[in-house]
Amino acid sequence: MYRYDEFDDALVRDRVQRFRGQVERRISGALTEDEFKPLRLQNGLYLQLHAYMLRVAIPYGTLNSRQMRQLAMIAERWDRGYGHFTTRQNIQFNWPKLTDTAAILDALADVGMHAIQTSGNCIRNVTADHFAGAAADEIEDPRPTAELLRQWSTDHPEFAFLPRKFKIAVTGSPNDRAVTKAHDIGLRMIRNEAEEPGYEVIVGGGLGRTPMVGKVVRAFLPKSDLLAYVEAILRVYNLEGRRDNKYKARIKILLHETGLEQFSAAVEREFDDLKAVQGGPSVAVDPQELARIEAYFSAPAFEVLDEADETFETALAADGTFRAWSKQNLAEHRQPGYAIATISLKAIGEVPGDATADQMRLIADISEQFGHDELRISHEQNIVLPHVRKRDLPAVFALLQTAGLATANLGLISDIIACPGMDYCALATARSIPIAQDIARHFADPTYAQTIGEMKIKISGCINACGHHHVAHIGILGLDRRGVENYQITLGGDHTETLAIGERAGPGFGAEEVVPAIQRLIDAYLTLRNGPKETFLMVYRRIGAEPFKKALYPDSGSTAPNPPAPSSDVISFSGTAG
Amino acid sequence: MSNIFKPKIVSANDLFDGDVVYMDGDGNWSRQIAEAAMASAPNAAEALLARADQPAKVVGPYLLDVTVDDNGIQPEHFRERFRETGSTLNAKFARLNRSSPLEESAVTQGNR
Repeated sequence: MYRYDEFDDALVRDRVQRFRGQVERRISGALTEDEFKPLRLQNGLYLQLHAYMLRVAIPYGTLNSRQMRQLAMIAERWDRGYGHFTTRQNIQFNWPKLTDTAAILDALADVGMHAIQTSGNCIRNVTADHFAGAAADEIEDPRPTAELLRQWSTDHPEFAFLPRKFKIAVTGSPNDRAVTKAHDIGLRMIRNEAEEPGYEVIVGGGLGRTPMVGKVVRAFLPKSDLLAYVEAILRVYNLEGRRDNKYKARIKILLHETGLEQFSAAVEREFDDLKAVQGGPSVAVDPQELARIEAYFSAPAFEVLDEADETFETALAADGTFRAWSKQNLAEHRQPGYAIATISLKAIGEVPGDATADQMRLIADISEQFGHDELRISHEQNIVLPHVRKRDLPAVFALLQTAGLATANLGLISDIIACPGMDYCALATARSIPIAQDIARHFADPTYAQTIGEMKIKISGCINACGHHHVAHIGILGLDRRGVENYQITLGGDHTETLAIGERAGPGFGAEEVVPAIQRLIDAYLTLRNGPKETFLMVYRRIGAEPFKKALYPDSGSTAPNPPAPSSDVISFSGTAG
Repeated sequence: MSNIFKPKIVSANDLFDGDVVYMDGDGNWSRQIAEAAMASAPNAAEALLARADQPAKVVGPYLLDVTVDDNGIQPEHFRERFRETGSTLNAKFARLNRSSPLEESAVTQGNR
């Protein structure tokens, strides 16, 4: 994986020193809060409901065991012993003190990490497929591209004050695990008819209060043109994007109001100008630099193994819990005899995405001993061991079991994305995490969850949609309705390469009504599907929203499908319980 | 829209640790809502807010509606109730310093 060079290290250290001085000047009164706020935000420091929050960048979700141990140390020394992994592959510490933040940033710099550009109207941390370099379906590793963009965008003076924040995601696989169509720029690594490598460039996707599916502005962009083309897009946006209304300031609104044809033409003109007039090292990808970056992402020294492994097969046959975990949490690796193992941070009843310092250290140990010292954070708030020999999986599973990290629920109904919501976030209009916990508890029976099959529930505590509810099979949006928490449900969203925005089902539900409402949707789905291979989303696309709306609102005069008996009648909103 | 004035108190976040604080009758900051000074008229509320402009101690002071019952001052909106009690997720996330001395706080440092 990539290691910071002397330039990266000097830049990060310099930023820490500057921030230390800015904090001192805020405390002394030399800086007002209005002056200090943009400075702290540029260093990832928010002020939330109950405390400061420090958002730390994990570039393209990749980190090693040393970095993970340092995050654990920070959690224990300066926070409350845990961290929260986010939908942008970052980690957030929820309780740092202002006077400790420079020391925390120093500790991050010690392991090549920082919090630069995790907030503010700049190009944010570039995200990528969390299975990069490991997935069997991968055309090309997206991380060198993401790293190139990180280097290009870090402290880029022209793009430090954009109309609004700007998010870029990269995937190297046709199966999009990076939600590229919901980003300001999504890059899909493809090959053209001559088998030359390049990108499909998607612009103007996004969630938030105006969800939009990104549009293809360039069907094929040669690899060498990447920086010039991305720079051209940013220039058009920087010049034309609205600054008079923050709710209309994202590039998706510019593209929508300008029209795809006109927007694309403007980008192409800027691109031609950059290449013809200003072309050169600043915007052209230097092949030597790219080769240097790519070398950092070369594959680990994989052993030559058979695909089948006796130790693994024996454990599968002997241990039902290991079998269930393997079925749900493993993905196909490109190298025979290896697997991608995802550690669920969605233990039933726990906070989605949270990991304690002890858990982080155990995961770091496992990664070092069994996983080529690599870890990934997924946008679905789980942690990935990208390269594990199948023969080591029983030992990995046994270690995970000791720390509550062996939940076999990946992709199932309890593998819920939830934003921090009103338990932490100053922008939230309702809580998210307690809703996720209640749903997970209600559907805790693993057999029942397996029966339901693939199910993506995503919960946001406000219209900004950090919980990705728009692209959930069942999305939940928490709102403040006349002083009471109220939850709208959306149906039929999809976060993959066939990305779709979910449709609002109807009036919202009180907090205690959400779990019964989800149960009615599940009952309807189980009744309506043509066998277990037809997922909820497939049924929704086959028959539409109406039957599900009837199930959600049985008192509206419609006849709901006759449901099978639920596995559990425990329905409680336990948000205030321990 | 009702013209009846609702009682108000001032809340903010402590500059040093971000914790929720309330302004008392002396213009000092407490983590106990019970110690908050309450305004029962618009002029009094404006005066409270003006007095709360203490950037060396707190961030973002503002007025919030409260009611008073047998248990004392109660925030009217659920957001303010969560701010007062702390994160609702688990006892370990509840506000830690509510009944302990305000070490490392703006109040303490500001009084040095």
